[in-house]
Amino acid sequence: MCGIVSLFFKEDSLNKKLGEHFVPMLIAMTERGPDSSGIAVYGNPCEKGEYKFSIFHPDENYDWDQFENKISDEWKVSRVKQLGRYLILSAALQKKELDMWLKENFPSMVIMGVGNEMEIYKDTGSPARVAEKYDLSQTKGYLMIGHTRMATESAVNVEGSHPYSSGLDLCLVHNGSYANHNSIRQMLEDDGMEFDSWNDTEVAAKYLEWRLIKGDDLNDALKNMTNDFSGFFTLAIGLKNQFAVMRDPFACKPMVIAETKKYVAVASEFRALAHLPEISEADIFEPQPEEIHIWSK
Amino acid sequence: MTQKKPIVKEQNHNYPPEMIAWIQHAAELGRYDIRGMGAKRKIPDFNDLTFLTASMSRYPLEGYREKCVTQTVIGGRHGAKPIELDIPITIAGMSFGSLNAQAKDALGRGASQMGTSTTTGDGGMTPEERKSSKILVYQCLPSRYGFNPDDARKADAIEIVIGQGAKPGGGGILLGQKISPRVAGMRTLPEGIDQRSACRHPDWTGPDDLVIKIEELRELTLGKVPIYVKIGATRAYHDVKLCCHAGADVIVVDGMQGGTAATQDCYIEHTGIPTLAAVRMAVEALQDLGLYRKVHLIISGGIRTGADVAKALAMGADVVSIGQAMLIAMGCNMDLPEWEEDYHKLGTAAGYCHHCQTGLCPAGITTQDPEISKKLDPDKAGRKVRNYLKTLTLELQTLARACGKSNVHHLEKEDLAALTMEAAAIAKIPLVGTDWYPGK
Amino acid sequence: MVQIDCSPLTTSEINKKLRELPEGSEVELLNPAGRHNLAVGLEKKIDLTINGHGGYYYGGMNKNAEITINGNAGPGVAENMMSGRVRVKGHASTSAGASGHGGLLVIEKDTSLRCGISLKGSDIVVRGCVGNMCAFMAQAGNILIGGDAGQALGDSLYEAVIYLGGKYKSLGADAKEDSMTDEDITIIKDMLSRAGFNDLKPENFKKIISAKTLYHFDSEKKQDY
Repeated sequence: MCGIVSLFFKEDSLNKKLGEHFVPMLIAMTERGPDSSGIAVYGNPCEKGEYKFSIFHPDENYDWDQFENKISDEWKVSRVKQLGRYLILSAALQKKELDMWLKENFPSMVIMGVGNEMEIYKDTGSPARVAEKYDLSQTKGYLMIGHTRMATESAVNVEGSHPYSSGLDLCLVHNGSYANHNSIRQMLEDDGMEFDSWNDTEVAAKYLEWRLIKGDDLNDALKNMTNDFSGFFTLAIGLKNQFAVMRDPFACKPMVIAETKKYVAVASEFRALAHLPEISEADIFEPQPEEIHIWSK
Repeated sequence: MTQKKPIVKEQNHNYPPEMIAWIQHAAELGRYDIRGMGAKRKIPDFNDLTFLTASMSRYPLEGYREKCVTQTVIGGRHGAKPIELDIPITIAGMSFGSLNAQAKDALGRGASQMGTSTTTGDGGMTPEERKSSKILVYQCLPSRYGFNPDDARKADAIEIVIGQGAKPGGGGILLGQKISPRVAGMRTLPEGIDQRSACRHPDWTGPDDLVIKIEELRELTLGKVPIYVKIGATRAYHDVKLCCHAGADVIVVDGMQGGTAATQDCYIEHTGIPTLAAVRMAVEALQDLGLYRKVHLIISGGIRTGADVAKALAMGADVVSIGQAMLIAMGCNMDLPEWEEDYHKLGTAAGYCHHCQTGLCPAGITTQDPEISKKLDPDKAGRKVRNYLKTLTLELQTLARACGKSNVHHLEKEDLAALTMEAAAIAKIPLVGTDWYPGK
Repeated sequence: MVQIDCSPLTTSEINKKLRELPEGSEVELLNPAGRHNLAVGLEKKIDLTINGHGGYYYGGMNKNAEITINGNAGPGVAENMMSGRVRVKGHASTSAGASGHGGLLVIEKDTSLRCGISLKGSDIVVRGCVGNMCAFMAQAGNILIGGDAGQALGDSLYEAVIYLGGKYKSLGADAKEDSMTDEDITIIKDMLSRAGFNDLKPENFKKIISAKTLYHFDSEKKQDY
């Protein structure tokens, strides 16, 4: 059970203020999710033909320099930034290649996300702590998706935190609890998908990617999810230049949307949005059950 | 000459006579059976544990003369006035509606005489029970029958019920026989109709929203009373952690042996986990969060004897709560010749009755019929409740003293050994004669 | 007129100030900023306006107070209300008026799912539309909806009555349309008058009640369990 927050700018002029407006939203959801927090950012593309890898190492004081030296022996890579327990690296590499090399040489590392634009930071600790550790108030870009977690059936650890990324520039955060994710995980594993955790949300993220690979667009993929999954799920999804939300047919887990000409802000509770500029003029509404809202740049 | 054929009766464990009878009964009835009480089948329970009392290495205390404290204080985590109990045994939530006013009154009298609490149920608070119960816990259930702010303010604690051991996750129906005028009035229902109960709360779902609901109830009661959260035991480890995160002062975990006045038999027998497992998982969860003895734990579900109480405490519970056995103490299933006819009318006999749902309780407890209710004298029944609580307390103290404890809350897991492999695995307590349990 | 700025105060401090006001007070809360549990458990007849959008459970368990929310209401507005009046000038979220025993809840725009769930005697008037599962297991009281209803309207209804001005997407288990009587017209007129929606015409409403087929289980019948 958790809190979800997201901020999507329709106009680039606001991009400098993304983190500044976003951090109070995340911290407002602390009671909903005190265990861990995570965010995904979009809006700072790397070179064409390259991808950004959000790489996590469990050691707080990891020597990233020596890691960079070693990986530079294999491939040409550039450091985008290093914050907390993450290194964002860009390189003209496929995820599979890097995955295999890391498993052999640096098995404790986990690739949390890959994309031309997307960066992911998720860590244990309160939202305020995570925001400080990852300097979130300084973040720039057009989309930030955040999640504060109160762990349900899986443990409190980084692998169990959201956002989950599956596929390039694709990520998902979830409030609620799926009821048949174990059998769906089995089905996806049989079809070649790989999992990093026992978390139900990871199953949903991989399912979405699986549907997209099969040729669904985002709309159809989400519709199929409603048929194939039992449970309560309020979702926010990020893609390059796109942002989407959806709730299951029972719509028991809350979501409020505030939309102006300049932005779309989403949160589990309105109080996370109350501080945003022009909020008194915003169109404030809740997504209907099974209604898919997609915004594109 | 033809010999008479011998009659051969091969045992069929898969379709024994009872199963055959049930299938044919289902074919007649066309719906599920509804009954009272808890799980009847044999499952691992506290009888599978034994105490390692004093000998050469551990010294016992003298019975009766050397003190063994039973006082128990719970619920003060967030600054509320804690509940002070003279004994760590309380009376569980049972509704006015399933029980009559006389029974609720008797439970209150017995509990008050022993300095412990009773709990309202799925139907609201009656004036009788507030009067006779010195300490009264007020339940807030999915149905919200009779729930109102005035009664909430009269309560000593509020218990938000998410589920109970007999039917965790269940809603279901209660047939109309017990919706008498008074019950109907309190529950805002027409008399005599089937009551369909909700399985989820109407205005919140999930621990993240429970945080806000608990805050609301604290605002209502000015933060003065402890907030309990009650769950039926299923994924007890995770659920207890979530209850802590949500802000509970006390968590009540009800195992699968827990009773009910009426629910589907398939729920009672096939949902939830034994109390033995539930208590171990709940304590682990609290310890992992560093909240053991800060968020207090009440365990219920098939607690019968002082030995059960002592073992639950040794495994880490702060308090136990009793429902079914209290009714039995007052006369449920009592074998009296003058009641034989009443049992037979229900198709049962003393010791086998579970027909609380009919409203024709031979003991005059789980009924709303004024004539039948005359069988239960609140004063006499109250004395029986007190005596039963007294017996449990003396047994608890006796066992605690034999383990060398001057306070029943000093009982610990290391005082126990398991008699079966299953109990060892479930309770994570070594098998007798070894220092090992499966999974160690 | 007492004005209280919520910004520097805790929720408990705000509620304490509200509780301490004498009967008949007029009071305005400024800058609620969506925080939860304001005006919970009020007992005195005061005239309270909350200026801004709300969080969860505003007016929860209300007795006697007249509360107006100048904005949207969060989940569970006026839940378990006993008496008095709560008016939402914007939209209301899920479970509006849940389990209310008495008093009046007015929502001037739309409301989300489960409006009037488990209702126990309050009156609810929604000028706009209601979401799915409106009046689920509603036991007593009246719900008047000026606009449309979503799926499963009146599922598992007991004795509560729904008056619908628009169309429903679907009726719930054991709900059926019924013909209007003069008494119904009187009730609707009264509800519209108390809500201040005198431009709506009682004749344009249809009545939905329990079909009572789930009142007694019958294995011979095809019942929607």
